[in-house]
Amino acid sequence: MYWIALRMLTGDRNKYLALIFGVSFATLLMTNQVSIFMGIITRTGNQILEVRDAEIWVMDNRVRFLDEAPPLQDTDLLRVRGVPGVAWAVRHYKGTVQARLEDGNTRGVLLTGLDDESMVGAPHEMIVGDLADLKKPDAVIVDKAGYEWMWGDGPYQLGRTFQINDRRAVLVGVCKVSSPFLSTPIAYTRFSQAARFAPRGRNVMNYILVKAQDGVDADALCRQIEERTGRAALTQSQFFWKTIRYFLGSTGIPVNFGITIALGFIVGAAVTGQTLYLFIVENLKQFGALKAMGIPNWGILQMVLMQALLIGGIGYGLGVGLCALFFTVTANQTQLAGLHMTWVAILGTGLAVLIIVVATSIFSARRVLVLEPAIVFRG
Amino acid sequence: MVTMIEPRRKQAIAAVSCTGVTKEFGTADAKTIALRGVDLSVHAGQLSLLVGPSGCGKTTLISIIAGLLNPTQGSVNVLGTELSRLTGRALVEFRARNIGFVFQQYNLLPALSATENAAVPLIIAGWPRAKAFAKAREILASVGLGDRLDSLPSQLSSGQQQRVAIARALINEPRLLVCDEPTAALDARAGHTVMELIKEVAVQPGRTVIVVTHDSRVYELGDRIVEMSDGRIERVQGSSERGET
Repeated sequence: MYWIALRMLTGDRNKYLALIFGVSFATLLMTNQVSIFMGIITRTGNQILEVRDAEIWVMDNRVRFLDEAPPLQDTDLLRVRGVPGVAWAVRHYKGTVQARLEDGNTRGVLLTGLDDESMVGAPHEMIVGDLADLKKPDAVIVDKAGYEWMWGDGPYQLGRTFQINDRRAVLVGVCKVSSPFLSTPIAYTRFSQAARFAPRGRNVMNYILVKAQDGVDADALCRQIEERTGRAALTQSQFFWKTIRYFLGSTGIPVNFGITIALGFIVGAAVTGQTLYLFIVENLKQFGALKAMGIPNWGILQMVLMQALLIGGIGYGLGVGLCALFFTVTANQTQLAGLHMTWVAILGTGLAVLIIVVATSIFSARRVLVLEPAIVFRG
Repeated sequence: MVTMIEPRRKQAIAAVSCTGVTKEFGTADAKTIALRGVDLSVHAGQLSLLVGPSGCGKTTLISIIAGLLNPTQGSVNVLGTELSRLTGRALVEFRARNIGFVFQQYNLLPALSATENAAVPLIIAGWPRAKAFAKAREILASVGLGDRLDSLPSQLSSGQQQRVAIARALINEPRLLVCDEPTAALDARAGHTVMELIKEVAVQPGRTVIVVTHDSRVYELGDRIVEMSDGRIERVQGSSERGET
């Protein structure tokens, strides 16, 4: 019976290929867009995840996302350090500054000021240079993508000088970190150096990074810090999701990607559904003959489902393969850094394709199921 | 309502027996009466032709006899089984085991070769493919298509396609063969050849063959001719009554 279904399906090569194309296209569109969407949204919080040595971020209560942090007072640091359960707490700065290059071009730069002593939050992977060189005067480390944005491709040249907010900066290293939301260079420097680079204000510190003592629950410690200091304290994960929720709720990104993903689903369902439906309608007499010859309705449904699942499986495999090819080909493109095919996209799209083929096959099979086998006697 | 049974077969048990069969389609104002109390007995080992003008109820009657339609009233006994007692899967299995079909439009699967098409009933019955194909090749040879075993329906003439359909209908050795206008889509010569083939290959002791046709050129081949008009059986003639031997 399955053999008959298989031969019926593959016998009409054009329709067979059209069905597979429909599912492949829908799969490619959905997997690609879901992956890019997840990559872009993850990029909004990547800078939080890059800080791996602290568990808790303390900030002003008005902070809505990572890049929008009003300054804290220096006394906040002391008060946080005084909260029972805190192993250590260090100052941290994140802000956007203007860099002027040797050739006069300017770049917006995400500047991170690390605690001078502990260097908590420092990049974990250096490509060239040494983290310890940050102790040198005016020293700055820039991320790989940022280097390319500022000076283009080619061999890294340490010792380059440029200006940040009219202050001299010296490149002492290039590191590898996760890409931020915008294609903006990330610069690391000491906190004291960042205070000189940052726009003038009474206070520079806008985050306090905290490590809990062994055995102290991070969530509980966050509540303690909030109670004792009146400042917001979030675990790394909470702050990451808070930032993502901000972007999801305040930008058009989810709507735009959602539309594309929905279009992928609708186009896939429409192409697959219509072709499968036409395939079944055109074979209605043959299905009627098979029913007359002794295949029950359940058998017919199994045949149609088998055809649909085969198309779905092949189309899905091709679509995911094409998507993987896309991300492989674009893997080294700086502007697409951090975008890769995700398991959620693969599994989610698989579920969507399963829904498309099963739903359309059941919808199409209705014509066969209600078909009187006597139709075969009507010329 | 006219019931005519050939005198010499009065004592035999009919392979197909219809009693007071009525079939209505639609409801109320849109109701169409296709059959009006048909009584008919058909015996094994004969080629019975069901003839009459278009719309007289031939196809409806053959559909009911084949268990593809339910009568509105009346009873149908096929090969000793009261069809109204069979429902769902039991009816489907009964059809698969006992009834072969030849359709006006052949209804061959276009993607399957002649051998594969002929083997379909056996494959549905669960035969291993190799064994089913072997038997299909044998039966195709018996209908004169031994040299077209691997041809697709699109590569065969209409007459050859109908021969494949006949091979498919006979492959599981059904006890009842129903053919709906098997010559309608064929020219006179091919139609006559197909009818001769049915007579020669299909009609056997123990097998009942009913052919719906309005092709008067093939009447001479029938053992019995059942004439229908306006949902009723008007006349039943045996070959002896037509002066044939």
